[in-house]
Amino acid sequence: MNTEDYIIKQISVFSENKPGRLAAIAKAMEEEKINIFAFSIAEAKGFGVVRVLVDKPRAALEKLVNIGFMVSFTDVIAVSMHDVPGGLYEIANILAENEINIEYSYAYSGKEAAVLILRVDQADEAVKHLLNSGANLLKSEMFA
Amino acid sequence: MKIWDPRIEEMPAEDLKKLQYRHLKTLVYRLYSFSEFYHRRMDEQKVHPDDINSLADITKLPFMYKSDLRDNYPNKIFTAPQDELVRYHVSSGTTGKPTVVGYTQKDLEIWTNSLARSLTAAGLGRGDVMQVSYGYGLFTGGLGLHYGAEKIGATVVPTSVGNTERQIELMQDLLVTAIACTPSYMVHLGETAEKMGISIKNDTELKTAVLGAEPWSETMRQRMQEQMGISAYNIYGTSELSGPMFTECSEQNGIHIWSDIAYTEIIDPETGEQLPPGERGELVMTILQKEAFPMIRYRIGDITSMDDSVCPCGRTHPRIERIQGRVDDMLIIRGINVFPSQVEHALLGIPEVSGHFRIIVDRKGALDTMLVQVELNPDSFSDKLSDIMDIRNKVSHLLKNQLNVAVGIEIVAPGALPRFEGKAKRVTDRRVM
Repeated sequence: MNTEDYIIKQISVFSENKPGRLAAIAKAMEEEKINIFAFSIAEAKGFGVVRVLVDKPRAALEKLVNIGFMVSFTDVIAVSMHDVPGGLYEIANILAENEINIEYSYAYSGKEAAVLILRVDQADEAVKHLLNSGANLLKSEMFA
Repeated sequence: MKIWDPRIEEMPAEDLKKLQYRHLKTLVYRLYSFSEFYHRRMDEQKVHPDDINSLADITKLPFMYKSDLRDNYPNKIFTAPQDELVRYHVSSGTTGKPTVVGYTQKDLEIWTNSLARSLTAAGLGRGDVMQVSYGYGLFTGGLGLHYGAEKIGATVVPTSVGNTERQIELMQDLLVTAIACTPSYMVHLGETAEKMGISIKNDTELKTAVLGAEPWSETMRQRMQEQMGISAYNIYGTSELSGPMFTECSEQNGIHIWSDIAYTEIIDPETGEQLPPGERGELVMTILQKEAFPMIRYRIGDITSMDDSVCPCGRTHPRIERIQGRVDDMLIIRGINVFPSQVEHALLGIPEVSGHFRIIVDRKGALDTMLVQVELNPDSFSDKLSDIMDIRNKVSHLLKNQLNVAVGIEIVAPGALPRFEGKAKRVTDRRVM
């Protein structure tokens, strides 16, 4: 098993906490015909980090840097959950039992299933245990 | 370490004070008698030379301001006739008229002696080869250092400013051991040498730099000393005082102000009251023995603090710390004096942020607030909010230590803050007074 196949490049964008920043990011993606699968905004004192999962991460990064954003790639994993009661518990429990810490997470409801995006402290370990427990991980090729 | 004039430089503080008082008394009588300008000032203040009966009585005397010099251009304050003058210097004067300073023979001797003591304190003397890369001419830097260095028996290379590549060649060929110039020229010299494939550290004999005439920071000193293998000493003076006059000693911990030459006060720029040693305020100087162009309680406008304890080097004369800024730039935040230059210096020591910043001062209720916006360096950007918060806390902590007042920190994206050509306007004060 190659855990790397499941490690996805999320785009993290530094943003000052003021009107129009998300619009600027979204407009840039639109101009490059880049599809956004999911995003979240984490907010701290006066600034935030916008995290975006897109179909063409490299093109997205280049575009955002060109228009002056501070951007980096962050490794995340994406798990397709059963969209039923207990679906999230199943995944979270596997990580808990294996002492893997979730730094942050967000989710989107996809066409076929709900997808949970996870930033964890040990990505390789997480991928290994989730796959061994039968969880359905999204492959990184979907996002490249 | 050698001392140029041990009798004066190691004189007990009490004796120095007596000496200062004698000089002050003479100076006040002379000015009252010969300076129409100062006579009028003293009358307005209702103070007579007979009222000055101790050193502490100096506070009864009126201040002199830069504007007084401009208003009395070119020589209405002089107390020596032209035929006793042996030189003029003229300061550039960034606003309005320049200032003309005249010197008698004795004025030049005192200036040169002051520098002889200072350069000796910085470890220089006979055997040294000193390149004077300050401008020679109307500016006081070049000629001042020139005669000071000759006095201590050093060999002077009077390169003045410019033609940097040739300066570096001469530095190598003449085995230059010391240089006097502005800190920014020193940096430029280092960069130019590097481009020529010459390392100041390894390929020259340079060991000492005497740097001044513009503000610089401790961080810059450390960097220069390390990169160029030199000891860098701070020199202080302005043309009104005569020119560059005072430097740090080998301790590199404050600039010795020779008490027999100058009486130093640190005052609160708002109230004019004297501040105790250690507190930062406006530097006020009385040049005790000047003949042609006397200075009593001259408000230079530079911000510093004074340490009047005996220096480990043995010298009893007080020291002032590195100039922290200009009074004109001072902000008062919750009663504490804050200078944008302090923020600048602190930020230089934090690699995670750029040197660009903006200060926004406001008032919430009765309380002043100060917000400092700093740009994150792209290399330090992390997806983890806690990493950025750590940087923010680091900046906040360092600034609080520097400024003695808590300030808000806002981290902004690189390039988000305005860039300036020429003088930067970094402060926005939204307080309605």
